[in-house]
Amino acid sequence: MDKKRLRIALTGNPNSGKTTIFNHLTGTRQKVGNWPGVTVEKKEGDIEKSGFGLKIIDLPGTYSLTPFSIEEIVARDFILEENPDVVIDIIDASNLERSLYLANQLRELDCKVVFALNMADLAESRGYRIDGEKLSELLGVPVVFTVGNKGKGIDEMLKIAVEHAVSGQGIPETRKVRYSKDIENAISELRQLLEEETGPEFPYNRRWTVIKLIEDDAVVKRRLGQILGDSGGELLEMAQQLRARLFELFNEEPEIVMTDERYGFIEGIIREVVTASKRRRVDISRNIDLVLTNRFLGFPIFIFFIWAMFQLTFTLGAYPMEWLEQGVSWLSSGLGAVVPPGIFREFLLDGVIAGVGSVIVFLPNILLLFFCIALFEDTGYMARAAFLMDRIMHLIGLHGKSFIPMLMGFGCNVPAIMAARTLESRKDRILTVLITPFMSCSARLPVYIVLAGTFFAAHAGTVIFMLYLAGIAAAILTGRLFRSFLFKGEDAPFVMELPPYRMPMVKSLLIHMWDRAKMFLKKMGGVILVGSVIIWVLSAYPKDIDYSVDYEARIDKAMQTYDKQQEAALPEEAERLAEQRSEKIDELIRARRVEHAEKSYLGKIGRVISPVFKPLGIDWRGSVAILTGFVAKEVVVSTMGVLYAVEGETESEALRSALRNSDITPAAALAMMVFVLLYIPCIAAVTAIARETGSVRWAFLSVGYTTGVAWLAAFVVYQGARFF
Amino acid sequence: MEKPEAMLLSQMKEGQSGRIVSVNGDMRLRRRILEMGLTRGTEFYIEKYAPLRDPMELTIKGVHLSLRVSEAAVITVEPLELTHG
Repeated sequence: MDKKRLRIALTGNPNSGKTTIFNHLTGTRQKVGNWPGVTVEKKEGDIEKSGFGLKIIDLPGTYSLTPFSIEEIVARDFILEENPDVVIDIIDASNLERSLYLANQLRELDCKVVFALNMADLAESRGYRIDGEKLSELLGVPVVFTVGNKGKGIDEMLKIAVEHAVSGQGIPETRKVRYSKDIENAISELRQLLEEETGPEFPYNRRWTVIKLIEDDAVVKRRLGQILGDSGGELLEMAQQLRARLFELFNEEPEIVMTDERYGFIEGIIREVVTASKRRRVDISRNIDLVLTNRFLGFPIFIFFIWAMFQLTFTLGAYPMEWLEQGVSWLSSGLGAVVPPGIFREFLLDGVIAGVGSVIVFLPNILLLFFCIALFEDTGYMARAAFLMDRIMHLIGLHGKSFIPMLMGFGCNVPAIMAARTLESRKDRILTVLITPFMSCSARLPVYIVLAGTFFAAHAGTVIFMLYLAGIAAAILTGRLFRSFLFKGEDAPFVMELPPYRMPMVKSLLIHMWDRAKMFLKKMGGVILVGSVIIWVLSAYPKDIDYSVDYEARIDKAMQTYDKQQEAALPEEAERLAEQRSEKIDELIRARRVEHAEKSYLGKIGRVISPVFKPLGIDWRGSVAILTGFVAKEVVVSTMGVLYAVEGETESEALRSALRNSDITPAAALAMMVFVLLYIPCIAAVTAIARETGSVRWAFLSVGYTTGVAWLAAFVVYQGARFF
Repeated sequence: MEKPEAMLLSQMKEGQSGRIVSVNGDMRLRRRILEMGLTRGTEFYIEKYAPLRDPMELTIKGVHLSLRVSEAAVITVEPLELTHG
């Protein structure tokens, strides 16, 4: 059956309950992605209602449609260019005055709009009563009441939206915001010219276009230039003249006057539709904030919450992580028993399962972390965290909310980079994503433990602590550097609402968590799979290595020699000989493995790039270890295990003595640790960077920049340390 | 009662109330401040300063807003004598 399709866009202020309503409407049928070309999350979902196929699009939450922030541009462009059949504006009923600002901008856009007065129950308990009929009549827009978190009124809202989309009228001219006489005169003058210049097919509402020109709206000016070509010049020129005239009249930019007048209009509406009871309202949120943002208690409580989040994510998460690890190794050995030995088995076990398995074990961490973050956001605590931390983060040129992603970086960079989504401004988000990899993640710790433990035994703890500090210092310096070169210009205004505290809803917490998990599994899985297969191929090939020694023959010979000796020996000596025999054979196998690693493509690449690492005191083995660390930083240790021919690869005591006996100096070890601290985040992190910034270019920048910084820092450390 | 001196929002103390006289500063910040409802004539109450004395929190029309002290420094206000209910 061919159903009629309608597209419904949801708009509203942040914290208006829009997401709750969207979740209620679409449930788990929602698709999360990014808006094309930008880093703003796009959510949509398909549902059916009274014979219509409805596509619900969740526009970014904004306070206004002034095209200053990327979210505002995305929301406005969608309405202007994609022409949704109807827009539902979710209005926080307890915050009507501020919400009506956005609502009026929607009305001016001349799209079909329905107002949903959400959380009206809360408004009433606060002593407001809103006359919905009157509001609808005054503004010329259908109005419905909803209680999003209880699912009340949402069916009705959808029904009215569909009706309005099918048969509703636009907003009558007489119901629109009237500006003061001088501004209205300017509007009609400019409108006359616009009408002369444009045909009937002009895509935007004319009054709105003219208003935007008088407000000097950069986006509209550009669009108009594209539509009208040369003839737009006259229009823009006239707009500038009118602006100058209005500026002289008001001694103020016209857009400021108009913002003021819109609020004046809104005040008039509020007076008509809202009855505030005399009853003094109780502000529970304020009471909670007396404690949570208290001058003395605020920080200790914040630190406690962060500590609890860390505990939950990394300590509690360690158990399911272990189960997954066991599952992966069980799968690996199970398949090993079934699949016949050969190149396919190696590919499957050492390439695919080892690679994907090493990343999938982070899933519990990611789920728990995002559960905590969703909890912080949904309760309203995130805004308080930003309030507390902003002073400190602002020193690096960041927003208070950047603190949480950066802190999470100490656990694992991947969820940390994903956590940067909580930042509203694109600049802040990208900057946070770029500096988070300098936070020393837990995968780097094994490398420090091995190297610092070997070369700085007594001071290992201090050295490792200094490394963490060095990472933070690199983050701060990078923040300041990028802020003054890459992200020049003014900071996004911090002005932020501290929303009332709310009980979180389990459903929305779970949806939030599941979204992240799905994204992690899908996108990360693909890239990591490819990455680990590439690394595996490089380390496993070429197969026909021209060994300097015929290991097979030597092993055979050793076996024969010992077998003969054992036959001749006494029983008590036979045992000792058997031990010697297996030691000898292991030694040969290890030697073969080292030579294989050396002559594999990876080893060859290591040889080729080793001149680059020479000034850092790192030899070809270190170079190869660093290369393989791209898969995951803890791999650096196991690669060193292979290259220094250590039994069991990660047995750290054996590796330590092997390293001690190698020609690595303490200075070189320190340089290597500094390099591992700072260089390219692992594949998973690079993928996350590309994804979260919405562009591969940022990922490349990150790879190039971090590696450059790492090289420079390691160089300074190595060359400097040699003088002592 | 004599007319109180105009001052900057950033100079107000915790627990004081006032009324907004004008918003200055660059256009972007100015418009954002206005769009959040801090328009001329609006009354506000200084809820608190963050533990590190920046940003500050104020209530207008029942809404809690936070803004940096440097941003509050573009807003001229007149203090009101009556204290918040």
